[in-house]
This record gives sequence, C-alpha cells and structure tokens, in this order.
Amino acid sequence: MAGTDNGIAIDKDGAEDLAGLEAGLDALDSVQVGRTPLRETLIRKVVPPVTAVALVLVVWQLLVWAEVAPAYKLASPSDVWGEVREAWLQGTLLDYIWTSVSRGLLGFLLALAIGTPLGLLVARVKFVRAAVGPILSGLQSLPSVAWVPPAVLWLGLNNSMMYAVILLGAVPSIANGLVAGVDQIPPLFLRAGRTLGATGLREAWHIVMPGALPGYLAGLKQGWAFSWRSLMAAEIIASSPDLGVGLGQLLENGRNNSSMPQVFLAIFLILLVGIAVDLLFFSPLERRVLRRRGLLVAR
Amino acid sequence: MATTTATTATDATDAADAAAVTYAARVEHVSKSFPAPGTSGGRQLVLDDITLDVAPGEFVTLLGASGCGKSTLLNLVAGLDLPSAGSIRTDGRPALTFQEHALFPWLTAGGNIELALRLRGVPKSERRREAERLLDLVRLRGAYGKRVHELSGGMRQRVALARALAQDSRLLLMDEPFAALDAITRDVLHDELTRVWRETGVSVLFVTHNVREAVRLAQRVVLLSSRPGRIARQWTVGLPHPRRIEDTAVAELSVQITEELRGEIRRHGRH
Repeated sequence: MAGTDNGIAIDKDGAEDLAGLEAGLDALDSVQVGRTPLRETLIRKVVPPVTAVALVLVVWQLLVWAEVAPAYKLASPSDVWGEVREAWLQGTLLDYIWTSVSRGLLGFLLALAIGTPLGLLVARVKFVRAAVGPILSGLQSLPSVAWVPPAVLWLGLNNSMMYAVILLGAVPSIANGLVAGVDQIPPLFLRAGRTLGATGLREAWHIVMPGALPGYLAGLKQGWAFSWRSLMAAEIIASSPDLGVGLGQLLENGRNNSSMPQVFLAIFLILLVGIAVDLLFFSPLERRVLRRRGLLVAR
Repeated sequence: MATTTATTATDATDAADAAAVTYAARVEHVSKSFPAPGTSGGRQLVLDDITLDVAPGEFVTLLGASGCGKSTLLNLVAGLDLPSAGSIRTDGRPALTFQEHALFPWLTAGGNIELALRLRGVPKSERRREAERLLDLVRLRGAYGKRVHELSGGMRQRVALARALAQDSRLLLMDEPFAALDAITRDVLHDELTRVWRETGVSVLFVTHNVREAVRLAQRVVLLSSRPGRIARQWTVGLPHPRRIEDTAVAELSVQITEELRGEIRRHGRH
C-alpha cells in the first residue's frame, strides 16, 4: 500500500544501480579474517615454552653438579626420572593421576552445577545480590585449605569430605565469574533482547548467558584452579588407607619416606595436570569464544 | 477504551478497534517526566502532551535537537518504558532498531535473525528459509554465516533491519539508525530503507537529528521542540520517490525546516 501511495516506483535500472553500489561498499568495508598457518603457530607458541623448560632442566642439573645442597635435599633430574620410570613400570603412575583427576573433575562439575544458577541469581536478583554477593566475594579470598579441618570433623575421612572442600573453594569463583560476566553485558543487548521478546528464562538463556560467556569462562578457569588446589590441600592433610593414593598423598608419602625424588615427582605431576587442563581445555575454549566474537586481535 | 493515565494497550483485538485498526501507533496526550538530578523529589518534564498518529504504512520522521526527548518517545512507543500521563496504543508489538546495530556478537548474521524468529514462535523448520529470505530483502544473500565483526557498518545496520523485520511487526521504530555511518553508506541505506519500506508496507517511525535525512525519507516530518519536548510543527512531504539527498526540492524544504529548528534552539539561549 505504501508502494502505490507515492506514484513513481524506483525504476529497474535504479534498483540495479543501487545493488551494485551496495555490493561495492560491502566489499570495500568488510573485514578480512585469516588464520595463521600451523607451522607459524608451532614456531610462535610451542618453541618458546619448550626452550624455557629445557633451560630450567639445564640450570637444575648444573646446581646438582655444583653440589649446592646435599643429594637428599636436591634430587637430580635423573633420580626423578628414575622415580617416574619405576612408578610407570609398577603401573601406579596413572593410578595416582587418575585418583586425583577424577576427584577434581567430579568436584568441579558439581561446583559448576551449583555455581552457575547461584551466580545467575546473584547477578539478576537485587535482593539476592545485596544479601549473598559480599559473602561470595569474601569466601573467594578465604584459602580453601581452611575448610579441611571442619570438613574432616563433619564428614569424616572420605571422598565426601574432599568434594565438600572442592565445592567451598570453587563455587564462589564460578559464581563470581558469572556475576562479573553478566555485569559486563552492554545494556543495549538487554534492551535489544527485550524488544525481540526475550524475557524471564528465555532472556537468561538467549541473551544473558551467551552475553556473559567470556566472564563466565574466566570464572570457570579460576574455579578449576581453585578445585585443584583445594583437592591437593585436602589430600595432603587427610590421608587414610581407604582413600587410595592421589597426588596429594603421594607428596605426603614422599615426605614421610624422606624421598626427595618422590616429592619432586608428586609436585611435577600436580603442576602438569594443572597446566594440561588449562592448555588442552580452557585456553582453546576461551580463544574460540573470543575469536568468534571478533575480540581476539592477532598480534 | 478508557483514557486512564499510562495505559499501554498493545492488542489489536480490543473490542472498539476490532473492526479496523486505523493506526499503526496512536499517541494521545503523552507526557513523561523523570526525577530531576540534583533536587530531592523534583521532576523534570521531558515530553509534554504529545499527540501523534502513525497511519498504517506511513513513514514518519521525528526530528529535533538533542534533549527534545525523541528517543524517550520512541522507548515509550516500543513499550520499554511507561508514560507519566496519556496513553499509547500500537497495532501489535513494534520492532525497534538502535543507533548501534545491537546485533548479538555470539551469533552469526543469520543466527541473529533466527533468534528473532524463534522468540516470535516461528517453528524451527521454517526459520532458516525465512532468515535467508529476509537477508535477501536487505541484499545480503551471502552473509548468513558471517559473524557480526566480519560485517561492515552498513551491512550490520542492514542485518539489524532484517532482524527487526523478522519480528513481523506492523510498526518499525528506528532510533537514529544511520547516525554512526559515513555519508556514502548512509545515502545508500536511505535508498535501501525506502525500497524495503515500500516492498513490505510496514509503518516506520524514524528518529533523527538530521534534517535532510528526515526530508529525504519521510512522508511526514514532525519537529519536536526541546525541554520539554512538544510537537512544534509538522510538514507533509509530497515529493516523489526516488529522492536524492541533493535534490533541489529536498534542499528547499530542508532549509525551511532547519530555520524552524534553529528558532527552537535559539529560544533556549534567551532564558
């Protein structure tokens, strides 16, 4: 109806002219996004850390040769490697890792299931934020090792106690990360969502959660770090034959046996798991999210 | 319909209107005030007794200097805020586009449109086809899988237009959608918007502070005065389409409206 009100229609030539002009503008203004080739990525991302590790090994060996400390205090790289071989040949190496990693992962998933709705409530409901927000921030700064003694008294020396310590360490991080993520959503997105008809749970699912994803991921990363640390603290302090030997217990056993290679082995494995989870899971996830949003600037 | 204060009826099935809706939007004696900053309990009047009809299929531009409350009025019509007095009725829920494109960066161009369709209740099997039809309408056929950051400013605004059209509203509210674009792109989008408006028959209420833009696009230009916003004057633009920004007739009317607008602004310097 509007088309006929004005009498003259845009003629066909004019329309084609406009389409051509528009296509030209689109081509000129569009951003070209390319990905760096694998070889370059390897050189830039893999070579530097490998060099650093090699350097640490060299310095370590030099210190051992210089005999700066007696052998029972400073194990040599080859002694630690022997410990690794022995544990591997006995078949216990993977058991140590798996005992701890399975606990850590399950605890982290539980923390995720609790921390996410909690964070969403704190971020979106004013009363809950005023009531719980400060406590949540406070809990984040409390070292979770402080929860080990009460958890042992409440739950005894068992797996539930480990999970309780993990939850108390990780839930505040995850919830706080989500709250920070929600706070960083531009108000324009919320308005746009509302005009599209997204309210209540649909708003939370379609607008708030995806909008908060970068902050949420940062919270998850920190939540995992807290889970892992809490678990190690719990395993070192609370050892019992029923609990099996995780990496924390391995470390504690090393101390009791005065075996420096075993202590070093345990520390390396704890570090290795922490780095591996970050490198294999969180970093790629974070980069993927940021790249899709055009927030990752190539350097 | 009772003329109680602050009623916002958005249903076209209202008994009195059921026979024929003669408006896309009907704004009657609407005022809006906000708590004044720096005073306790004092209120600042932003919109004063606005009465305005947008007819079905009509293209109206709201023109005014900053502080005239044109964006506030648009928010009220969009239902994002409630008027302090008066009533606003619209034929269905209006769609709204913003000065910034407001596309969601976690979705592709097609995904943004499909979200609008999904929230409207369009079944999943039809969404993809409908999204592609809408992208075709704004001449972005190949942009379905593109991320927002891969699109140029003009392309983003066209996707935003397509997303607004996906709501299938009879009224499209546009809040300075081209203000942040360069002159060449803006000129092309003016033609594009005119074409889409005529193809779809949607009513448009378009807010701008750019006089030439207002004249180039609209069938009717409504000038708002500032602080508080009142309707100062209206012009019917009878010029045929296609119009060009450099047309003499467009320029002449623009000069006349600009004079009026300057007069409105000057009034504030005298206080």
